Amino acid sequence: MIINHPLLGPRDSSEFVYLGDACLINRPDWQADDALDQFIEYGHTRDNPAGLHRELWYHEQGDRSWLVVTRNTVTHEITQVELARDVARAEGRSK
Amino acid sequence: MSQKNRLDGGLIDRSETWSFRFDSQYYKGHKGDTLASALLANGVRLMGRSFKYHRPRGPMTAGSEEPNAIVELREGARKEPNTRATTIELYDGLRANSQNRWPSLAFDAMEVNDLLSNFFAAGFYYKTFMWPAAFWEKVYEPIIRRAAGLGSLSLQDDPDGYDKGFLHCDLLIIGGGPAGLAAALTAGESGARVILCDEDFLIGGRLNLETYEVGGMTGAAWAAGTVARLQAMPNVRVMPRTTVIGAFDHGIYGAVERVSDHLAVPEDGKPRQILWRITSKRALLCAGATERPIVFENNDRPGIMQTSAIRAYTNRWATTPAQQVAIFTNNDDGHRTASDLVAKGVEVVSVIDTRADAPTSSDYDVIARGVIDQTWGRLGLSQIEVKMPKGGIRRIKCGALGVSGGWNPNVHLTCHQGGRPVWNEALAAFVPSGTLPPGMTVAGAANGVFSTHGALQSGADGAKAILADLGIKASAPALPEAEDTPVRITPFWHVKTAKRAWVDQQNDVTAKDIKLAHQENYVSVEHLKRYTTLGMATDQGKTSNIAGLAIMAEVAGKAIPDVGTTMFRPPYTPTAMGVFAGRAWGMEVRPTRLTPSHKWAEEQGAVFTEAGLWLRAQWYPKPGETHWRQSCDREVMQTRKSVGICDVTSLGKIDVQGADAAAFLNKVYCNGMAKLPVGKVRYGLMLREDGIVMDDGTAARLAEDHFVVTTTTAKAVQVYRHLEFVRQCLCPRMDVQLISTTDAWAQFSVAGPNSRKLLEKIVDDGVDLSNDAFPFMACAEITICGGLRARLFRISFSGELAYEIAVPTRYGDALVRRLMQAGEEFDVVPYGLEALNVMRIEKGHVTGNELNGTTTALNLGMGRMVSKAKDSIGSKLSERPGLTEPDALKLVGLKPVNPDHKVPAGAHLMTKGDKVTASNDQGYVTSACYSPNLGCHIALGFLKSGDTRIGETIRLVSPLTGVDHEVEVVSPHFFDPEGERLRA
Repeated sequence: MIINHPLLGPRDSSEFVYLGDACLINRPDWQADDALDQFIEYGHTRDNPAGLHRELWYHEQGDRSWLVVTRNTVTHEITQVELARDVARAEGRSK
Repeated sequence: MSQKNRLDGGLIDRSETWSFRFDSQYYKGHKGDTLASALLANGVRLMGRSFKYHRPRGPMTAGSEEPNAIVELREGARKEPNTRATTIELYDGLRANSQNRWPSLAFDAMEVNDLLSNFFAAGFYYKTFMWPAAFWEKVYEPIIRRAAGLGSLSLQDDPDGYDKGFLHCDLLIIGGGPAGLAAALTAGESGARVILCDEDFLIGGRLNLETYEVGGMTGAAWAAGTVARLQAMPNVRVMPRTTVIGAFDHGIYGAVERVSDHLAVPEDGKPRQILWRITSKRALLCAGATERPIVFENNDRPGIMQTSAIRAYTNRWATTPAQQVAIFTNNDDGHRTASDLVAKGVEVVSVIDTRADAPTSSDYDVIARGVIDQTWGRLGLSQIEVKMPKGGIRRIKCGALGVSGGWNPNVHLTCHQGGRPVWNEALAAFVPSGTLPPGMTVAGAANGVFSTHGALQSGADGAKAILADLGIKASAPALPEAEDTPVRITPFWHVKTAKRAWVDQQNDVTAKDIKLAHQENYVSVEHLKRYTTLGMATDQGKTSNIAGLAIMAEVAGKAIPDVGTTMFRPPYTPTAMGVFAGRAWGMEVRPTRLTPSHKWAEEQGAVFTEAGLWLRAQWYPKPGETHWRQSCDREVMQTRKSVGICDVTSLGKIDVQGADAAAFLNKVYCNGMAKLPVGKVRYGLMLREDGIVMDDGTAARLAEDHFVVTTTTAKAVQVYRHLEFVRQCLCPRMDVQLISTTDAWAQFSVAGPNSRKLLEKIVDDGVDLSNDAFPFMACAEITICGGLRARLFRISFSGELAYEIAVPTRYGDALVRRLMQAGEEFDVVPYGLEALNVMRIEKGHVTGNELNGTTTALNLGMGRMVSKAKDSIGSKLSERPGLTEPDALKLVGLKPVNPDHKVPAGAHLMTKGDKVTASNDQGYVTSACYSPNLGCHIALGFLKSGDTRIGETIRLVSPLTGVDHEVEVVSPHFFDPEGERLRA
């Protein structure tokens, strides 16, 4: 597969390490009343869609960017590639 | 009787006559021959024995789809089993041997299987060898494996090299027949970057095999001229002997180039084969088509082959399989072969055409509405029996029979991304569907366009459409005049009365097997395939799948498209394992990293071991030491007595800088890091988010906004990846930057009571190493040896007064030599990983054996390190009930009751008196060694509620190795439990 890195252009997927669902960006608040339940959900529950999937890839053999790649799990078509940092900031994550 | 079946003409070079050997016989052939064509020219039709019944077999095809003529090519370490004689390029001195026969090809004792064929029908193994179950592995399987089979391996290392390469193009053209050449010409002249691959050594596809004129010259001449034009274009790469084996995601194709297979031995420095990874914007599949057989009684005798193969041998290789040839066909193609043979002076004894409207000829006899009823000839065809349309049998003597059941487009690569071909009624064949791999289009015979003109036109049109899509302006080259005969076919799949009629010749699957499978209710074509093994041989059923489907459809009373089609998967043709490995072989499987002191350690005679990618010194043998334990014990004792030096460069080092560096480390370590003072080091435990320990290490604060973090050798890469994840995905607004500096600093541990005195000799004036100025867990940036910048950490893995000193990597070799020189007066000793391990076990320090991906901080006795006052990765889920049970495993030390006993790692712990069962398991041993300081074997391990069981005698068992004795549970801190030595 070819991943169109937002900074470096098209790169072969063999340069990357795959992590999984981009929902890992949404780490729960540790001080919430039901924090333990939220963390169990966060750590272990995933959707398994046949179709579009937002997932985290790490450019380990490159610039070490974490990317959010939107990939169709049926066709492997990649429709969007974003810097994970930008996605995380847009979702309100801070420090 | 040399080359008695050689004809005039052809595309072979008669100026080169080569000698070759098949089995024990020597023959002559010419440059341009294949092994199969040269053997046929010498009158040899018998080339192999079949897989199951050991039936005599000869070539059925003239190409890579060959099921029968498979041989062992070359001898010795270069022997390659199951190689198709039809694609082996002849070279001078070639040696090949037939396979799966004993004692000889002509007399094969296992031919008895053929007489027992009634017992060997589909599902025979499943039904017969069911009981007793214990017999399967020991009795049945070895016998079956010996009786059935293909070639044998040399069992020696492959002496040849393989390589991998990367190519990029606008347009990849797969196949260099008329469609592929017209496409390459169109795209090449437009300036697009083109790669043209063809599996043959002579590009041109069927242009080289037919007698049609193209543009007023022979097809072969037009092909050769076109290839020359393409080769002159700088933007076109023409790759003969290159098979595209798979279509992968995003326009990536795998191709194998056989660089040296046409030579006896590869040229110096050249690989045998190259695996190319071709990244294409678009691909045009011009893979042609394969002629399929008709299934009839005893249709597998040597001499029975595709009519197109006979035409190929006649026209390209100037050879005929026999002097009298008959043809059996359901379409006009069989007649084309007959005319070509007649033109070459070969006698065509009869053309048997299943159609009522068969064309007639003045050159040869045609039997319309005839079918072959039986054939004769034990080691080669001698006679056929034709069932005449008006009844009765006609016997015809012939040495070869061409068979044509029509053509199947080579759709294989269109299926590699899940596409399913669709049935075309007019062609009676499957053609590519609309769901092709993205970026791929199909032209020529592969797309069901069978005439030469049609192929040329569709290739050019296909290229034009692709160029337009890519925004490249195409000039249309003038296409040559060529034949444009329509396809005339009336489907005829098999002679229904036939009993022993072969569908899949490589796996010995008969029409009867398919009917039996249907009777036994194997409805799905995928089940049929697996039950009968149809299409599962090395040829992937290229000549057999469709006939099998047709017979299945007939017995099931369905139409062929309703039965479906099986999937084709990469590789397109059998591919050597070596080419997938490439250069990744032996130590080249992964990179090898050497520590800065490697050369010095080699000079000391160090024994090395792999630690991750690194080679690290394991111990340093001295003269007279014959066992590693002697070296290891000496290194331990001398370090604890005076001073020892160990290269610890391979531990991961991560530089963390920025205003939020402390806050960041506070997030990734479960223990507090925010308040670590500048100039201090702290031990840190990093958890995974699920609460399991990921790694441990140290964090040294060199400045308010600057830390140096260490990781274990094995986890350096994962920890760095994890830290970047936290930084970019979880804390994207922290002001913090990371960089791996593992390679930038050479680092040595200097340990032992004399370590301070040794270091004082090399640090520059003004660096105070006294215990007050530089206490345990201090760190500083200093200079040594007259101005060389260095980092000094007072940390101890050995439990001794110890330091780790780091200098820029390029000074690592000089530093170890200087340290050893300065240490001479203290009898300094270098120590390796074994001694390091002994000393850390004596101290109860954990490593990867304990941080094994299943253990928590609580298990390690560090539960209180997990701060509840802050958020850190893994802290929340480490509170999960399952991880905090009262009887959780705890790290303990173990000592044998009998001091002579070992305490081997991997052994399990049982409460005394309990039965040895998994449910009674109390824990296990993780690290073990002989402690020269305690004079006995010691170990670390995990024991349920271990912290409350100190002093208990417990049973140690390892049923696999026969260990069963008693050990005492002790504190994991065997040596200097109060830590007085390291604070000295």
